[in-house]
Amino acid sequence: MTKWKEGFSSLALAAAILGAITTTVLADAGELHIYNWTDYTSDEMIKKFEAETGIKVTIDTYDSNETALAKLSSGAAGYDVMIISNDFVPIFVKQKLFQEVDAGAMPNFKNVDPKWQHRPWDPDAKYTVPWVWGTTSYSVDTAVYKGPTDSLKPLFDPPAELKGKVGMFGSPTEVISLALVYLGKDQCNSNPADLKELDALLEAQKPFVKVYNSDGIVERQVAGETVMHEQWSGKALATRQQKSTIKYVYPKEGAVGWMDNVAVPTTAPNLDNAKKFLNFLMDPENIALQQKYTGYQSAIAGSNKLLAPDIGGSPEFNPPADLKITFAPSCDEKAIRAYDRIWTNLRQ
Amino acid sequence: MGPNRTWLLIAPAMLVIGVFMVLPLFLAVGYSFMTANPYGGVTAPATFDAYLQFLYQRDFDDSLVFSPSYALIILRSVYLAIATTIICLVLGLPVAWYIVCQTPERRRILLFAVTLPFWINTLIRTYCWILILRDEGLANGALRHAGIISDPLPLLYNDGSILLGLVYTFLPFMVLPIYSTLERIDPRLIEAAHDLYAGRAAVFRRIVWPLARPGALAGATLVFAPALGSFLAPDLLGGGKKLLIGSLIQMQFTSSRNWPFGAALSTVVTVVVLTVFVIRSRRVEEERR
Repeated sequence: MTKWKEGFSSLALAAAILGAITTTVLADAGELHIYNWTDYTSDEMIKKFEAETGIKVTIDTYDSNETALAKLSSGAAGYDVMIISNDFVPIFVKQKLFQEVDAGAMPNFKNVDPKWQHRPWDPDAKYTVPWVWGTTSYSVDTAVYKGPTDSLKPLFDPPAELKGKVGMFGSPTEVISLALVYLGKDQCNSNPADLKELDALLEAQKPFVKVYNSDGIVERQVAGETVMHEQWSGKALATRQQKSTIKYVYPKEGAVGWMDNVAVPTTAPNLDNAKKFLNFLMDPENIALQQKYTGYQSAIAGSNKLLAPDIGGSPEFNPPADLKITFAPSCDEKAIRAYDRIWTNLRQ
Repeated sequence: MGPNRTWLLIAPAMLVIGVFMVLPLFLAVGYSFMTANPYGGVTAPATFDAYLQFLYQRDFDDSLVFSPSYALIILRSVYLAIATTIICLVLGLPVAWYIVCQTPERRRILLFAVTLPFWINTLIRTYCWILILRDEGLANGALRHAGIISDPLPLLYNDGSILLGLVYTFLPFMVLPIYSTLERIDPRLIEAAHDLYAGRAAVFRRIVWPLARPGALAGATLVFAPALGSFLAPDLLGGGKKLLIGSLIQMQFTSSRNWPFGAALSTVVTVVVLTVFVIRSRRVEEERR
């Protein structure tokens, strides 16, 4: 009995020492706390980062840009990197919630596609590196709709046969952004004449709209419930893989773009690890793992080649070079209220 | 038991009600008198703007104009909640009565069946209705197969489908309270009524209904209150084409970033529900006298 006890205690001691050693090793490499959208971080990519650097990664999530902003501006510390939409980058920078990391000078920055090296929300790449991005336009079932597919006109001014067959997003800003691109007007518009035109356009479109909902679009399109639907490029690809007659339209008026970016909060406890992670993400091999997980485009040259050819080489992932892509900034209160009014009256 | 011990025993319950119910309620009322922060949240100064917004809106050129949009949305929500309550009552009463008339063994099975839907998440159950009602769904498929229709019926994305979703979700809240009152009816009362030559209709009207009323009233409030604020069924089954107050509130706290107006809307919902409660308890008291 005593022998057994002795044996047990020495085993426990050995385990404790072993544990102490491993934790010291990990503590040496340190930690990295990521703050990201829910279900938006690839496990495979994080495991690779941990294996290469020995840094232990912890992930915390949020569900909207507003939540993330509220949390950080209330003084929450402890995050080393966070992922945030293009429209919110200037707000964070203006409130001094991000610190300069000079991403443009990092070794892997040369991998960033030249057209994304100078992004309007961070022109000199002082604060952020790109995460993933995509375009917003619409997809249409060409087996049912035989008309032209080179413009936003069929979506906003549909032919009679599409009455009750069109789907739009459920979010006012995304519907209005695309409508403003169609009208050729400025984003975040508070010009009364433009707003009246916008209002009239959406009111006239309403009888053709079956549903305003951003969820379950792939299903609706595959089941044929909607012939035409406002859509993101990544989801449009997923739809076409299930129904080959679906086409994602690149309109001559342009499309709306969105990009999520990786930045370092001012309060980051592990600045060096954060910089390592930013540099890591600009390697095509690493961001490709993230792309595989979320199904969106990356801004790193060469990463598409590492994906399956029917995804990396798809038209949805490779917009034409001459496509005009409008990135909508976050609007001021006046425009938000006007949008809200149009959106409520539309659905009163 | 001394008064001290009594207080001690009540304290945990009071604390829970205070922290999780009364405090948020006051917070909501307080927020409704504040100014909206551009990125969500509220700031000083205090104003009545949120309440003004119910009837007046700033036009695109910033002038204040009368606008019935919000009033219409609130009226539609109240109308749908009342319709849900009436339909639940009409469907729930016979079901409860039927269960009461069974043997104890079968009663248990039937009661279990009534509560069975609660075992599955409401979102999933509501989504299943989409699969049933949509153009290529089960209902239209069956009708087409039977040769009754050739083009699909527009079953989804209208007021009818919203109503269906609400009735489906809240029916158990009507059946259970009515059942619990009917269960206590002395069957001899009904026998006596029959002995005195009362027909089935008279038995229902003069014996069953008066005794079932407290349960029906409890059920009605249990159905009306959540139906008024519900936003799952309206959003999914209504296709988002027509706003109801639940979705409107949710919108104010997210994309519209107008927390004071969202708080004002919730306050209105609370006031409507409380009014219904007060009227109900007054009537119950009057009947007791």
